[in-house]
Amino acid sequence: MSVVDQEISDLARLSRLNLTPEEEEELGEDLNEILEFAEKINEVDTEGIEPTYHALPVNNVFREDEVRPSPSPKPALENSADSVDGYFVVPRVIEE
Amino acid sequence: MKNEIVIGLEVHVQLKTKSKLFCGCSTEFGADPNANTCPVCMGWPGTLPVLNRRAVEFGMLAALSLNCEINQDIKFDRKNYFYPDLPKAYQISQYDMPLAEEGQVEVELDGEKAVVGIERLHLEEDAGKLVHSTAGAESYVDYNRTSVPLAEIVTKPDITSPEQAEVFLRSLKQRMEYLEVSDCNMEEGSLRCDANLSVRTPEGELGTKTEVKNMNSFKGVRKALAYEAQRQKKVLSSGGEVVQETRLWDESEQITREMRSKEEAHDYRYFPEPDLVPVKIDSKWQSEVKQCLPEMPEEKYERFQAEYDLSDEATQTLTASRPLADFFERALTGDVSPRSVSNLIIADLKREMNERDWTINDVNITPENLAALARMFEEDVISSNVCSELIAELVESGGDPEAIVEERDLKQISDAGELEAIIDEVINENPDAVEDIRSGADQAIGFLIGQVMQKTQGQADPGQARKMLQERV
Repeated sequence: MSVVDQEISDLARLSRLNLTPEEEEELGEDLNEILEFAEKINEVDTEGIEPTYHALPVNNVFREDEVRPSPSPKPALENSADSVDGYFVVPRVIEE
Repeated sequence: MKNEIVIGLEVHVQLKTKSKLFCGCSTEFGADPNANTCPVCMGWPGTLPVLNRRAVEFGMLAALSLNCEINQDIKFDRKNYFYPDLPKAYQISQYDMPLAEEGQVEVELDGEKAVVGIERLHLEEDAGKLVHSTAGAESYVDYNRTSVPLAEIVTKPDITSPEQAEVFLRSLKQRMEYLEVSDCNMEEGSLRCDANLSVRTPEGELGTKTEVKNMNSFKGVRKALAYEAQRQKKVLSSGGEVVQETRLWDESEQITREMRSKEEAHDYRYFPEPDLVPVKIDSKWQSEVKQCLPEMPEEKYERFQAEYDLSDEATQTLTASRPLADFFERALTGDVSPRSVSNLIIADLKREMNERDWTINDVNITPENLAALARMFEEDVISSNVCSELIAELVESGGDPEAIVEERDLKQISDAGELEAIIDEVINENPDAVEDIRSGADQAIGFLIGQVMQKTQGQADPGQARKMLQERV
Protein backbone atom coordinates (compact mmCIF):
# COMPACT_ATOMS: atom_id res chain seq x y z
CA MET A 1 0.00 0.00 0.00
CA SER A 2 1.33 3.41 -0.84
CA VAL A 3 -0.06 6.90 -0.93
CA VAL A 4 -0.42 8.64 -4.22
CA ASP A 5 -0.08 12.36 -4.90
CA GLN A 6 -3.82 12.84 -4.89
CA GLU A 7 -4.10 11.43 -1.37
CA ILE A 8 -1.39 13.75 -0.11
CA SER A 9 -3.20 16.79 -1.41
CA ASP A 10 -6.52 15.48 0.01
CA LEU A 11 -4.92 14.99 3.42
CA ALA A 12 -3.34 18.43 3.25
CA ARG A 13 -6.72 19.98 2.49
CA LEU A 14 -8.39 18.10 5.37
CA SER A 15 -5.62 19.27 7.70
CA ARG A 16 -5.80 22.83 6.39
CA LEU A 17 -2.15 22.73 5.32
CA ASN A 18 -0.84 24.75 2.39
CA LEU A 19 1.91 22.62 0.92
CA THR A 20 4.28 23.45 -1.92
CA PRO A 21 4.69 20.76 -4.59
CA GLU A 22 8.16 20.03 -3.13
CA GLU A 23 6.72 19.60 0.37
CA GLU A 24 4.01 17.35 -0.98
CA GLU A 25 6.59 15.13 -2.61
CA GLU A 26 8.76 15.02 0.52
CA LEU A 27 5.83 14.22 2.80
CA GLY A 28 4.62 11.61 0.35
CA GLU A 29 7.93 9.78 0.67
CA ASP A 30 7.82 10.03 4.48
CA LEU A 31 4.28 8.75 4.61
CA ASN A 32 5.09 5.83 2.36
CA GLU A 33 7.90 4.82 4.70
CA ILE A 34 5.55 5.03 7.65
CA LEU A 35 2.97 2.91 5.84
CA GLU A 36 5.62 0.31 4.97
CA PHE A 37 6.48 0.13 8.64
CA ALA A 38 2.81 -0.40 9.49
CA GLU A 39 2.63 -3.14 6.84
CA LYS A 40 5.44 -4.89 8.69
CA ILE A 41 3.34 -4.93 11.86
CA ASN A 42 0.43 -6.27 9.86
CA GLU A 43 2.50 -9.38 9.11
CA VAL A 44 2.09 -10.52 12.71
CA ASP A 45 -0.66 -13.09 13.17
CA THR A 46 -3.16 -11.45 15.56
CA GLU A 47 -5.87 -14.09 15.19
CA GLY A 48 -7.81 -14.37 18.45
CA ILE A 49 -6.00 -11.49 20.17
CA GLU A 50 -8.10 -8.69 21.69
CA PRO A 51 -7.36 -5.34 20.04
CA THR A 52 -5.66 -2.77 22.23
CA TYR A 53 -7.65 0.44 22.41
CA HIS A 54 -5.43 2.26 24.81
CA ALA A 55 -1.77 2.22 25.78
CA LEU A 56 -2.55 2.21 29.52
CA PRO A 57 -3.94 -0.90 31.19
CA VAL A 58 -6.51 1.24 32.98
CA ASN A 59 -10.29 1.42 32.71
CA ASN A 60 -13.08 3.53 34.13
CA VAL A 61 -11.55 6.82 35.15
CA PHE A 62 -14.39 9.16 36.04
CA ARG A 63 -15.17 12.46 37.64
CA GLU A 64 -18.33 13.02 39.66
CA ASP A 65 -20.92 15.37 38.20
CA GLU A 66 -19.92 18.45 40.14
CA VAL A 67 -19.66 21.98 38.83
CA ARG A 68 -16.35 23.72 39.27
CA PRO A 69 -16.28 27.48 38.73
CA SER A 70 -15.01 28.28 35.26
CA PRO A 71 -12.05 30.63 34.98
CA SER A 72 -12.55 33.97 33.27
CA PRO A 73 -12.67 33.64 29.48
CA LYS A 74 -10.76 36.90 29.22
CA PRO A 75 -7.28 35.47 28.53
CA ALA A 76 -8.68 33.27 25.75
CA LEU A 77 -10.61 36.16 24.24
CA GLU A 78 -7.62 38.48 24.44
CA ASN A 79 -5.40 35.95 22.72
CA SER A 80 -7.86 35.33 19.90
CA ALA A 81 -7.66 37.06 16.56
CA ASP A 82 -10.76 39.10 17.32
CA SER A 83 -13.49 39.28 19.94
CA VAL A 84 -16.51 41.42 20.72
CA ASP A 85 -18.88 41.46 23.73
CA GLY A 86 -17.45 38.22 25.08
CA TYR A 87 -17.79 36.40 21.75
CA PHE A 88 -14.95 35.15 19.58
CA VAL A 89 -15.24 36.68 16.13
CA VAL A 90 -14.49 34.57 13.06
CA PRO A 91 -14.99 35.10 9.33
CA ARG A 92 -18.63 34.52 8.50
CA VAL A 93 -19.51 30.85 8.17
CA ILE A 94 -22.96 29.68 7.34
CA GLU A 95 -24.25 26.32 6.28
CA GLU A 96 -26.96 26.97 3.77
CA MET B 1 -47.94 -0.04 -2.54
CA LYS B 2 -46.50 -1.01 0.82
CA ASN B 3 -43.99 1.14 2.71
CA GLU B 4 -43.85 3.85 0.13
CA ILE B 5 -41.74 6.04 2.38
CA VAL B 6 -38.71 4.91 4.35
CA ILE B 7 -37.45 7.14 7.16
CA GLY B 8 -34.62 6.81 9.65
CA LEU B 9 -34.01 9.39 12.36
CA GLU B 10 -30.88 10.63 14.04
CA VAL B 11 -31.77 12.31 17.31
CA HIS B 12 -29.48 14.27 19.60
CA VAL B 13 -30.68 14.52 23.18
CA GLN B 14 -28.95 16.86 25.59
CA LEU B 15 -28.34 15.09 28.90
CA LYS B 16 -29.24 17.07 32.02
CA THR B 17 -26.00 16.74 33.95
CA LYS B 18 -24.89 19.67 36.09
CA SER B 19 -21.39 19.75 34.62
CA LYS B 20 -20.03 19.10 31.14
CA LEU B 21 -19.02 15.71 29.73
CA PHE B 22 -15.29 16.05 30.27
CA CYS B 23 -14.76 19.03 32.62
CA GLY B 24 -16.41 20.75 35.59
CA CYS B 25 -17.86 23.71 33.67
CA SER B 26 -21.55 24.34 34.29
CA THR B 27 -24.07 23.26 31.64
CA GLU B 28 -26.51 25.97 32.65
CA PHE B 29 -28.31 27.68 29.80
CA GLY B 30 -28.30 31.44 29.39
CA ALA B 31 -24.92 32.38 30.91
CA ASP B 32 -22.87 35.22 29.42
CA PRO B 33 -21.06 34.18 26.24
CA ASN B 34 -18.04 31.97 26.98
CA ALA B 35 -18.57 32.26 30.76
CA ASN B 36 -18.93 28.46 31.10
CA THR B 37 -15.64 27.50 29.50
CA CYS B 38 -12.25 26.33 30.69
CA PRO B 39 -8.97 25.16 29.16
CA VAL B 40 -10.34 21.59 28.84
CA CYS B 41 -13.49 22.32 26.85
CA MET B 42 -11.66 25.03 24.89
CA GLY B 43 -9.10 22.44 23.86
CA TRP B 44 -6.01 24.19 25.16
CA PRO B 45 -2.81 22.19 24.67
CA GLY B 46 -1.81 20.05 27.63
CA THR B 47 -5.27 19.62 29.10
CA LEU B 48 -6.95 16.26 29.67
CA PRO B 49 -10.63 15.35 29.56
CA VAL B 50 -12.07 13.23 32.39
CA LEU B 51 -15.38 11.45 31.82
CA ASN B 52 -18.47 12.49 33.81
CA ARG B 53 -19.84 9.32 35.45
CA ARG B 54 -23.42 10.59 35.60
CA ALA B 55 -23.43 11.29 31.86
CA VAL B 56 -22.62 7.61 31.26
CA GLU B 57 -25.38 6.58 33.67
CA PHE B 58 -27.93 8.93 32.06
CA GLY B 59 -26.98 7.42 28.70
CA MET B 60 -27.46 3.93 30.15
CA LEU B 61 -30.91 4.87 31.48
CA ALA B 62 -31.89 6.32 28.10
CA ALA B 63 -30.65 3.16 26.38
CA LEU B 64 -32.50 0.85 28.77
CA SER B 65 -35.73 2.79 28.27
CA LEU B 66 -35.36 2.16 24.52
CA ASN B 67 -34.82 -1.56 25.21
CA CYS B 68 -31.22 -1.41 23.98
CA GLU B 69 -28.41 -3.78 24.86
CA ILE B 70 -25.70 -1.98 26.84
CA ASN B 71 -22.22 -2.86 25.63
CA GLN B 72 -19.75 -4.10 28.22
CA ASP B 73 -16.76 -2.48 26.55
CA ILE B 74 -17.06 1.01 25.22
CA LYS B 75 -14.57 3.64 24.15
CA PHE B 76 -14.43 7.17 22.82
CA ASP B 77 -13.11 8.31 19.46
CA ARG B 78 -12.16 11.56 17.82
CA LYS B 79 -14.22 12.80 14.91
CA ASN B 80 -12.03 15.26 13.08
CA TYR B 81 -13.25 18.30 11.19
CA PHE B 82 -12.62 22.01 11.07
CA TYR B 83 -15.45 24.30 11.98
CA PRO B 84 -15.40 27.39 14.22
CA ASP B 85 -17.91 25.89 16.69
CA LEU B 86 -15.43 23.10 17.48
CA PRO B 87 -12.48 24.51 19.42
CA LYS B 88 -10.36 21.32 19.39
CA ALA B 89 -11.00 20.71 15.65
CA TYR B 90 -12.32 17.32 16.71
CA GLN B 91 -15.40 16.18 18.54
CA ILE B 92 -15.06 13.45 21.15
CA SER B 93 -17.69 10.92 20.12
CA GLN B 94 -18.08 7.15 19.90
CA TYR B 95 -17.45 5.34 16.64
CA ASP B 96 -17.29 1.56 16.63
CA MET B 97 -17.90 0.75 20.31
CA PRO B 98 -20.98 2.78 21.26
CA LEU B 99 -22.67 2.73 24.65
CA ALA B 100 -25.65 0.70 23.45
CA GLU B 101 -27.15 -1.01 20.41
CA GLU B 102 -30.14 -2.97 19.14
CA GLY B 103 -33.15 -1.44 20.84
CA GLN B 104 -36.77 -1.06 19.89
CA VAL B 105 -39.73 1.13 20.69
CA GLU B 106 -43.39 0.47 20.06
CA VAL B 107 -45.29 3.39 18.58
CA GLU B 108 -49.00 3.74 18.04
CA LEU B 109 -50.59 5.84 15.33
CA ASP B 110 -54.36 5.87 14.66
CA GLY B 111 -54.73 2.68 16.68
CA GLU B 112 -52.07 0.84 14.65
CA LYS B 113 -49.01 -0.38 16.49
CA ALA B 114 -45.58 -0.58 14.91
CA VAL B 115 -42.06 -1.24 16.15
CA VAL B 116 -39.23 1.19 15.44
CA GLY B 117 -35.80 -0.38 15.83
CA ILE B 118 -32.95 1.51 17.48
CA GLU B 119 -29.63 1.01 15.71
CA ARG B 120 -27.45 2.54 18.41
CA LEU B 121 -27.11 5.08 21.19
CA HIS B 122 -23.78 6.74 21.81
CA LEU B 123 -22.38 9.56 23.91
CA GLU B 124 -20.66 12.60 22.48
CA GLU B 125 -19.91 16.21 23.29
CA ASP B 126 -21.95 19.08 21.90
CA ALA B 127 -20.41 21.82 19.76
CA GLY B 128 -20.44 25.55 20.48
CA LYS B 129 -22.96 28.02 19.19
CA LEU B 130 -22.47 30.32 16.22
CA VAL B 131 -24.30 33.60 15.90
CA HIS B 132 -24.20 35.14 12.45
CA SER B 133 -24.21 38.89 12.06
CA THR B 134 -27.12 39.95 9.89
CA ALA B 135 -25.19 42.26 7.62
CA GLY B 136 -21.49 41.91 8.30
CA ALA B 137 -18.92 39.41 7.18
CA GLU B 138 -18.55 37.93 10.66
CA SER B 139 -19.77 35.12 12.85
CA TYR B 140 -19.65 35.19 16.66
CA VAL B 141 -18.73 32.11 18.67
CA ASP B 142 -19.98 31.16 22.13
CA TYR B 143 -18.38 27.98 23.53
CA ASN B 144 -20.70 27.59 26.54
CA ARG B 145 -22.47 24.65 24.89
CA THR B 146 -19.19 23.03 23.89
CA SER B 147 -18.82 19.65 25.57
CA VAL B 148 -22.30 19.52 27.07
CA PRO B 149 -23.15 15.79 27.02
CA LEU B 150 -25.35 14.45 24.24
CA ALA B 151 -26.85 11.05 23.59
CA GLU B 152 -27.12 10.42 19.88
CA ILE B 153 -29.90 7.97 19.10
CA VAL B 154 -30.06 6.46 15.62
CA THR B 155 -33.16 4.56 14.53
CA LYS B 156 -33.31 1.83 11.92
CA PRO B 157 -35.05 2.84 8.68
CA ASP B 158 -38.31 1.46 10.08
CA ILE B 159 -40.43 4.58 10.05
CA THR B 160 -43.00 4.61 7.26
CA SER B 161 -44.65 8.03 7.43
CA PRO B 162 -43.98 11.60 8.56
CA GLU B 163 -46.77 11.19 11.13
CA GLN B 164 -45.11 8.11 12.56
CA ALA B 165 -41.81 10.00 12.80
CA GLU B 166 -43.55 12.65 14.91
CA VAL B 167 -45.19 10.02 17.14
CA PHE B 168 -41.82 8.31 17.64
CA LEU B 169 -40.18 11.61 18.61
CA ARG B 170 -42.95 12.44 21.07
CA SER B 171 -42.64 9.02 22.63
CA LEU B 172 -38.85 9.44 22.87
CA LYS B 173 -39.31 12.81 24.55
CA GLN B 174 -41.83 11.32 26.98
CA ARG B 175 -39.38 8.55 27.91
CA MET B 176 -36.50 10.97 28.48
CA GLU B 177 -38.74 13.19 30.60
CA TYR B 178 -39.89 10.21 32.66
CA LEU B 179 -36.24 9.32 33.24
CA GLU B 180 -35.43 12.96 34.02
CA VAL B 181 -32.29 12.71 31.90
CA SER B 182 -33.24 15.41 29.38
CA ASP B 183 -35.72 18.24 28.88
CA CYS B 184 -36.05 17.38 25.18
CA ASN B 185 -37.18 20.84 24.19
CA MET B 186 -36.83 21.13 20.41
CA GLU B 187 -37.33 24.88 20.39
CA GLU B 188 -34.49 25.33 22.89
CA GLY B 189 -32.31 22.77 21.17
CA SER B 190 -32.15 20.15 23.92
CA LEU B 191 -33.58 17.72 21.36
CA ARG B 192 -32.42 17.93 17.75
CA CYS B 193 -33.50 15.67 14.94
CA ASP B 194 -32.16 14.95 11.47
CA ALA B 195 -33.81 12.49 9.12
CA ASN B 196 -32.94 10.27 6.19
CA LEU B 197 -35.80 9.75 3.79
CA SER B 198 -36.29 7.85 0.57
CA VAL B 199 -39.32 6.78 -1.43
CA ARG B 200 -39.85 3.72 -3.56
CA THR B 201 -39.40 4.22 -7.29
CA PRO B 202 -42.35 3.40 -9.57
CA GLU B 203 -40.56 0.08 -10.22
CA GLY B 204 -40.85 -0.69 -6.51
CA GLU B 205 -37.18 -0.27 -5.75
CA LEU B 206 -35.86 1.71 -2.82
CA GLY B 207 -34.83 5.13 -4.08
CA THR B 208 -31.85 7.30 -3.27
CA LYS B 209 -32.14 8.92 0.15
CA THR B 210 -31.71 12.53 1.14
CA GLU B 211 -30.84 13.89 4.54
CA VAL B 212 -33.16 16.54 5.99
CA LYS B 213 -31.89 18.96 8.63
CA ASN B 214 -32.89 22.14 10.41
CA MET B 215 -36.24 20.99 11.77
CA ASN B 216 -37.00 22.92 14.95
CA SER B 217 -40.28 21.50 16.23
CA PHE B 218 -42.19 18.23 16.25
CA LYS B 219 -44.66 19.68 13.79
CA GLY B 220 -41.73 20.91 11.71
CA VAL B 221 -40.40 17.34 11.45
CA ARG B 222 -43.73 16.05 10.21
CA LYS B 223 -44.16 18.85 7.70
CA ALA B 224 -40.58 18.75 6.43
CA LEU B 225 -40.71 14.99 5.89
CA ALA B 226 -44.12 15.20 4.19
CA TYR B 227 -42.77 17.89 1.88
CA GLU B 228 -39.59 15.95 1.13
CA ALA B 229 -41.47 12.73 0.37
CA GLN B 230 -43.76 14.61 -2.02
CA ARG B 231 -40.78 16.28 -3.67
CA GLN B 232 -38.99 12.98 -4.24
CA LYS B 233 -42.14 11.35 -5.62
CA LYS B 234 -42.56 14.24 -8.05
CA VAL B 235 -38.95 13.99 -9.19
CA LEU B 236 -39.33 10.24 -9.77
CA SER B 237 -42.69 10.37 -11.52
CA SER B 238 -41.40 12.99 -13.93
CA GLY B 239 -38.62 10.60 -14.88
CA GLY B 240 -35.92 12.37 -12.89
CA GLU B 241 -33.45 11.04 -10.36
CA VAL B 242 -33.21 11.88 -6.67
CA VAL B 243 -29.78 13.26 -5.84
CA GLN B 244 -28.14 12.10 -2.61
CA GLU B 245 -27.70 15.34 -0.69
CA THR B 246 -28.42 17.22 2.50
CA ARG B 247 -31.45 19.48 2.43
CA LEU B 248 -32.46 22.14 4.93
CA TRP B 249 -36.05 22.68 6.07
CA ASP B 250 -37.08 26.28 5.53
CA GLU B 251 -39.76 26.91 8.14
CA SER B 252 -40.94 30.23 6.71
CA GLU B 253 -41.28 28.92 3.13
CA GLN B 254 -42.38 25.42 4.24
CA ILE B 255 -40.02 23.75 1.78
CA THR B 256 -36.70 21.86 1.89
CA ARG B 257 -33.78 23.39 0.04
CA GLU B 258 -30.54 21.99 -1.15
CA MET B 259 -27.74 22.91 1.22
CA ARG B 260 -25.13 25.10 -0.39
CA SER B 261 -21.80 23.63 0.61
CA LYS B 262 -18.48 22.73 -0.87
CA GLU B 263 -18.31 19.63 -2.98
CA GLU B 264 -15.85 17.83 -0.70
CA ALA B 265 -17.06 14.64 0.90
CA HIS B 266 -16.85 14.46 4.68
CA ASP B 267 -13.89 12.49 5.90
CA TYR B 268 -13.87 12.48 9.67
CA ARG B 269 -10.79 10.23 10.08
CA TYR B 270 -12.07 8.69 13.31
CA PHE B 271 -9.48 7.25 15.66
CA PRO B 272 -9.53 6.18 19.33
CA GLU B 273 -9.32 9.12 21.75
CA PRO B 274 -5.94 8.60 23.43
CA ASP B 275 -6.77 11.04 26.26
CA LEU B 276 -9.58 8.86 27.64
CA VAL B 277 -9.23 5.31 28.90
CA PRO B 278 -11.79 2.70 27.83
CA VAL B 279 -14.88 2.09 29.95
CA LYS B 280 -16.03 -1.30 31.16
CA ILE B 281 -19.65 -1.64 32.19
CA ASP B 282 -19.96 -4.79 34.26
CA SER B 283 -23.24 -6.43 35.14
CA LYS B 284 -23.09 -5.03 38.68
CA TRP B 285 -22.97 -1.43 37.46
CA GLN B 286 -25.62 -2.13 34.87
CA SER B 287 -28.00 -3.61 37.42
CA GLU B 288 -27.39 -0.69 39.79
CA VAL B 289 -28.44 1.67 37.04
CA LYS B 290 -31.40 -0.56 36.14
CA GLN B 291 -32.61 -0.17 39.73
CA CYS B 292 -32.92 3.57 39.07
CA LEU B 293 -35.28 3.06 36.13
CA PRO B 294 -38.60 4.65 37.11
CA GLU B 295 -41.97 3.26 36.08
CA MET B 296 -42.13 3.99 32.34
CA PRO B 297 -45.16 5.55 30.56
CA GLU B 298 -46.74 2.29 29.37
CA GLU B 299 -46.30 0.64 32.78
CA LYS B 300 -47.83 3.63 34.52
CA TYR B 301 -50.72 3.58 32.06
CA GLU B 302 -51.41 -0.09 32.76
CA ARG B 303 -51.21 0.39 36.52
CA PHE B 304 -53.54 3.43 36.45
CA GLN B 305 -56.00 1.40 34.38
CA ALA B 306 -55.90 -1.39 36.91
CA GLU B 307 -55.91 0.71 40.09
CA TYR B 308 -58.21 3.63 39.35
CA ASP B 309 -61.67 3.68 37.87
CA LEU B 310 -60.89 6.14 35.07
CA SER B 311 -61.67 6.45 31.39
CA ASP B 312 -59.02 5.47 28.87
CA GLU B 313 -58.73 9.09 27.78
CA ALA B 314 -58.27 10.34 31.34
CA THR B 315 -55.56 7.74 31.97
CA GLN B 316 -53.76 8.81 28.80
CA THR B 317 -53.89 12.46 29.81
CA LEU B 318 -52.71 11.84 33.36
CA THR B 319 -49.81 9.58 32.38
CA ALA B 320 -48.65 11.77 29.48
CA SER B 321 -46.17 13.43 31.79
CA ARG B 322 -44.60 12.01 34.92
CA PRO B 323 -44.98 15.20 37.02
CA LEU B 324 -48.70 15.32 36.19
CA ALA B 325 -49.14 11.63 37.08
CA ASP B 326 -47.25 12.22 40.33
CA PHE B 327 -49.43 15.26 41.12
CA PHE B 328 -52.55 13.15 40.59
CA GLU B 329 -51.33 10.35 42.83
CA ARG B 330 -50.21 12.72 45.57
CA ALA B 331 -53.69 14.26 45.55
CA LEU B 332 -55.19 10.83 46.25
CA THR B 333 -53.84 10.69 49.78
CA GLY B 334 -56.97 12.29 51.18
CA ASP B 335 -60.32 10.58 51.39
CA VAL B 336 -61.39 11.37 47.82
CA SER B 337 -62.26 9.31 44.79
CA PRO B 338 -59.67 9.11 41.99
CA ARG B 339 -62.38 10.04 39.53
CA SER B 340 -63.21 13.40 41.06
CA VAL B 341 -59.50 14.28 41.43
CA SER B 342 -58.95 13.27 37.81
CA ASN B 343 -61.95 15.34 36.69
CA LEU B 344 -60.67 18.45 38.43
CA ILE B 345 -57.19 18.00 36.96
CA ILE B 346 -58.39 17.41 33.43
CA ALA B 347 -61.28 19.89 33.33
CA ASP B 348 -59.98 22.74 35.48
CA LEU B 349 -56.29 22.46 36.25
CA LYS B 350 -55.29 21.64 32.66
CA ARG B 351 -57.36 24.54 31.37
CA GLU B 352 -55.65 26.97 33.74
CA MET B 353 -52.25 25.57 32.75
CA ASN B 354 -53.00 25.84 29.04
CA GLU B 355 -54.22 29.41 29.38
CA ARG B 356 -50.89 30.42 30.92
CA ASP B 357 -48.79 28.03 28.85
CA TRP B 358 -47.58 26.51 32.13
CA THR B 359 -46.56 23.00 33.05
CA ILE B 360 -47.62 21.28 36.25
CA ASN B 361 -44.31 22.42 37.77
CA ASP B 362 -45.34 26.07 37.42
CA VAL B 363 -48.66 25.95 39.27
CA ASN B 364 -48.98 27.20 42.84
CA ILE B 365 -51.79 24.86 43.82
CA THR B 366 -50.54 21.79 45.71
CA PRO B 367 -51.87 18.23 45.34
CA GLU B 368 -53.15 18.57 48.95
CA ASN B 369 -55.08 21.73 47.97
CA LEU B 370 -56.63 19.93 45.04
CA ALA B 371 -57.54 16.97 47.24
CA ALA B 372 -59.24 19.35 49.71
CA LEU B 373 -61.22 20.97 46.90
CA ALA B 374 -62.23 17.60 45.47
CA ARG B 375 -63.39 16.52 48.92
CA MET B 376 -65.43 19.68 49.51
CA PHE B 377 -66.99 19.29 46.08
CA GLU B 378 -67.76 15.59 46.65
CA GLU B 379 -69.39 16.40 49.98
CA ASP B 380 -71.49 19.18 48.40
CA VAL B 381 -69.79 21.79 50.58
CA ILE B 382 -68.94 23.88 47.52
CA SER B 383 -70.57 24.14 44.11
CA SER B 384 -68.74 23.26 40.92
CA ASN B 385 -68.57 26.96 40.03
CA VAL B 386 -66.86 27.85 43.28
CA CYS B 387 -64.56 24.86 42.88
CA SER B 388 -63.45 25.96 39.39
CA GLU B 389 -62.94 29.54 40.53
CA LEU B 390 -60.84 28.43 43.48
CA ILE B 391 -58.65 26.22 41.28
CA ALA B 392 -58.01 29.19 38.99
CA GLU B 393 -57.14 31.35 41.97
CA LEU B 394 -54.86 28.82 43.66
CA VAL B 395 -53.04 28.01 40.40
CA GLU B 396 -52.09 31.67 40.29
CA SER B 397 -51.39 32.50 43.90
CA GLY B 398 -51.72 29.40 46.11
CA GLY B 399 -53.48 29.29 49.50
CA ASP B 400 -55.48 27.07 51.80
CA PRO B 401 -58.80 26.29 50.08
CA GLU B 402 -60.61 25.29 53.29
CA ALA B 403 -59.66 28.56 54.99
CA ILE B 404 -60.70 30.57 51.92
CA VAL B 405 -64.11 28.85 51.75
CA GLU B 406 -64.64 29.56 55.46
CA GLU B 407 -63.40 33.14 55.31
CA ARG B 408 -65.41 34.21 52.26
CA ASP B 409 -68.43 32.17 53.21
CA LEU B 410 -68.41 30.24 49.91
CA LYS B 411 -70.21 27.19 51.24
CA GLN B 412 -72.91 25.91 48.98
CA ILE B 413 -76.47 26.26 50.21
CA SER B 414 -77.96 22.80 49.93
CA ASP B 415 -79.65 22.91 53.26
CA ALA B 416 -83.36 22.63 52.46
CA GLY B 417 -84.42 25.12 55.12
CA GLU B 418 -82.10 27.84 53.89
CA LEU B 419 -83.01 27.29 50.26
CA GLU B 420 -86.72 27.18 50.91
CA ALA B 421 -87.02 30.86 51.73
CA ILE B 422 -85.14 31.80 48.57
CA ILE B 423 -87.22 29.48 46.42
CA ASP B 424 -90.40 30.97 47.86
CA GLU B 425 -89.15 34.38 46.86
CA VAL B 426 -88.30 33.29 43.33
CA ILE B 427 -91.69 31.65 42.85
CA ASN B 428 -93.54 34.71 44.11
CA GLU B 429 -91.52 37.04 41.91
CA ASN B 430 -91.94 35.03 38.70
CA PRO B 431 -95.55 33.93 38.38
CA ASP B 432 -95.34 33.82 34.57
CA ALA B 433 -92.51 31.32 34.60
CA VAL B 434 -94.32 29.19 37.15
CA GLU B 435 -97.40 29.23 34.89
CA ASP B 436 -95.23 28.17 31.90
CA ILE B 437 -93.88 25.18 33.79
CA ARG B 438 -97.33 24.12 34.86
CA SER B 439 -98.50 24.25 31.24
CA GLY B 440 -95.61 21.97 30.25
CA ALA B 441 -92.81 24.38 29.20
CA ASP B 442 -90.05 22.63 31.11
CA GLN B 443 -87.28 24.94 29.95
CA ALA B 444 -88.69 27.67 32.23
CA ILE B 445 -87.30 25.75 35.19
CA GLY B 446 -83.80 26.62 34.03
CA PHE B 447 -84.71 30.29 34.28
CA LEU B 448 -85.92 29.83 37.85
CA ILE B 449 -82.76 27.94 38.83
CA GLY B 450 -80.77 30.83 37.38
CA GLN B 451 -82.74 33.20 39.62
CA VAL B 452 -81.96 31.07 42.66
CA MET B 453 -78.25 31.01 41.76
CA GLN B 454 -78.28 34.78 41.35
CA LYS B 455 -79.85 35.39 44.75
CA THR B 456 -77.31 33.12 46.41
CA GLN B 457 -74.26 34.44 44.54
CA GLY B 458 -73.75 31.04 42.97
CA GLN B 459 -73.68 29.20 46.24
CA ALA B 460 -76.90 27.25 45.89
CA ASP B 461 -76.61 23.63 44.92
CA PRO B 462 -78.28 23.73 41.47
CA GLY B 463 -79.34 20.06 41.69
CA GLN B 464 -81.00 20.61 45.03
CA ALA B 465 -82.65 23.81 43.78
CA ARG B 466 -84.06 22.03 40.72
CA LYS B 467 -85.47 19.26 42.87
CA MET B 468 -87.11 21.66 45.29
CA LEU B 469 -88.49 23.88 42.51
CA GLN B 470 -90.04 20.87 40.79
CA GLU B 471 -91.66 19.78 44.02
CA ARG B 472 -93.06 23.22 44.71
CA VAL B 473 -94.37 23.99 41.26
